[in-house]
Amino acid sequence: MEITKNTLMKEVLVDHMRNVLANDPNCVMLDADLAKCAGTNVLYKEFPDKCFDVGIAEANMTSMAAGLSSYGFKPYVSSFAPFATRRSADQIMISICYAGQNVKIIGTDPGISAELNGGTHMALEDIGMLRSIPNILIYEPTDTMEFYKALPQIHDYPYPCYIRMHRKSPALLTKESDEVNILKARIMREGTDCTVVASGIMVETALLAADELAKEGISVEVVCCHTVKPIDSETIIASAKKTGAVVTAENHNVMGALRSAVCEVLCENYPVPLESIGVKEKFGEVGKVPYLRKVFNMDVEDVVGAIRKVITRK
Amino acid sequence: MSDLNLAITARNVRENIVNCIGSLGVGHIGGCLSIADLLAVLYGKHLKHDANNPKMEGRDRLVCSKGHAGPAIYAVLAEFGYFDKSVLETLNQGGTTLPSHCDMNKTPGVDMTAGSLGQGFSCAVGCALGSRLRKDGATIYAIIGDGESQEGQIWEAAMYAGHSKLDNLIAFTDYNKMQLDDFTANINDLEPLDKKWEAFGWKVWVIDGNDIDAIDNAITQAKAYKGQPKMIIMNTVKGKGVSYCEKALVGSHSMSVNAEQRAQAIKEIRGE
Repeated sequence: MEITKNTLMKEVLVDHMRNVLANDPNCVMLDADLAKCAGTNVLYKEFPDKCFDVGIAEANMTSMAAGLSSYGFKPYVSSFAPFATRRSADQIMISICYAGQNVKIIGTDPGISAELNGGTHMALEDIGMLRSIPNILIYEPTDTMEFYKALPQIHDYPYPCYIRMHRKSPALLTKESDEVNILKARIMREGTDCTVVASGIMVETALLAADELAKEGISVEVVCCHTVKPIDSETIIASAKKTGAVVTAENHNVMGALRSAVCEVLCENYPVPLESIGVKEKFGEVGKVPYLRKVFNMDVEDVVGAIRKVITRK
Repeated sequence: MSDLNLAITARNVRENIVNCIGSLGVGHIGGCLSIADLLAVLYGKHLKHDANNPKMEGRDRLVCSKGHAGPAIYAVLAEFGYFDKSVLETLNQGGTTLPSHCDMNKTPGVDMTAGSLGQGFSCAVGCALGSRLRKDGATIYAIIGDGESQEGQIWEAAMYAGHSKLDNLIAFTDYNKMQLDDFTANINDLEPLDKKWEAFGWKVWVIDGNDIDAIDNAITQAKAYKGQPKMIIMNTVKGKGVSYCEKALVGSHSMSVNAEQRAQAIKEIRGE
């Protein structure tokens, strides 16, 4: 498909699903009454024997997918991020991961991108809940082009994957010529004074903060950590060695996800001062993304402040 | 007239259960003994399976969603040659292939991992859907506990199987009326259980689940019945066949089996 700045993430998802449903005889798709939201509803007419909407029953959907996997199928399950994960956490743990079933879990509108659905629908702890489960891969796409390039790799990955995706159209930061490897973090911008390790919608924020600070002669390296598990320790350690200070920036509670993973890597290998941007000891709430960035201190100015602070601690 | 071979098989399965749990000295013996007759009839007569090729294409599958009845499954698998009976004595020991709860990646012949109640039943619905897509003619069997039927996921799965008319799915409820804490009627009553399954779109039989002929007849009828998933509610006795377990009632959910009790139980099972 042609990717433009107006392409939606869910259009990339549907394009991928159409490809794999058509070409992989074992691929099946399960939804829990949110197919219209994910855009996957259009596939039900094209692949009526391979798509199943099980209704509002995420636990059953998740374990059913494991049953289908045990039968040799490669199932994708999809729902809003909180229901695909929080609601089905034990089913992901036992039916899928413990039993060794290769199911792909799609959770849409994570964190503050749940916007007007508010606090009940705002998954800010989903990665934290899943990250301690062995073997699962956790991927949060940065933009449509990266997502487009990552999805076939996720399809072929031999273990369960959680895809934590924005449905709309985040800033297009990836060029068609850029290489994307789901197991490798991406250096989005090189710098020498501080590293920002960012994921999801916070990658663009980190780049804007780097632009701001460049005006003052502060050189910021931005590392896009789209896959928080398994984390690319090598790239993060190398960048920390170069800059000597790290800020993490994520659309998630700062406990359990990117900050935690980066801290674990650095504490055990190359400790440097670290500050973090993300939701801190708060529940989600209703609002548009610009408002929520202010509520949770996730704006460009917040990242700029964290970088300034961490540099003073070097 | 009763099938003598199946009666002998059931007796051997019970003996294997007692030896398996007895080797460790403690375990979920009550809910294992209650389904011994069912397992004998399934493996002895109805299940399409091959001990020499446990992953045989097109085989029937059994999901023991009440995963704590693992020792009962191991007992019947050993009886049918999936592994040597001596392996039964490794239950729950470090590095064993026989963990307390069923694990498809550890035990040859186990088709689905179970233990977190309710999940195995959804997995069985997934298998039934998979078999329908593969058109392999397999029957998917699932055993759920009565206490397990208090899990919401059981009813999510039941509703979808009924909606999808998955008539290659035959489920059994081990209705021994007891759970860990007390009688099911005192904790969270399941009644009217048959009406619930009927309301969820299932064809239902209610039988004596410790009567080999009744089990055989019900499975035969269920296999022939088309258009709906099938539930065979088996009224069973928890600890069936071992008097001290039967007398323990709710206490038999998980209880000790010491050397003396083990020897006495084997005597009773053999009718000595």
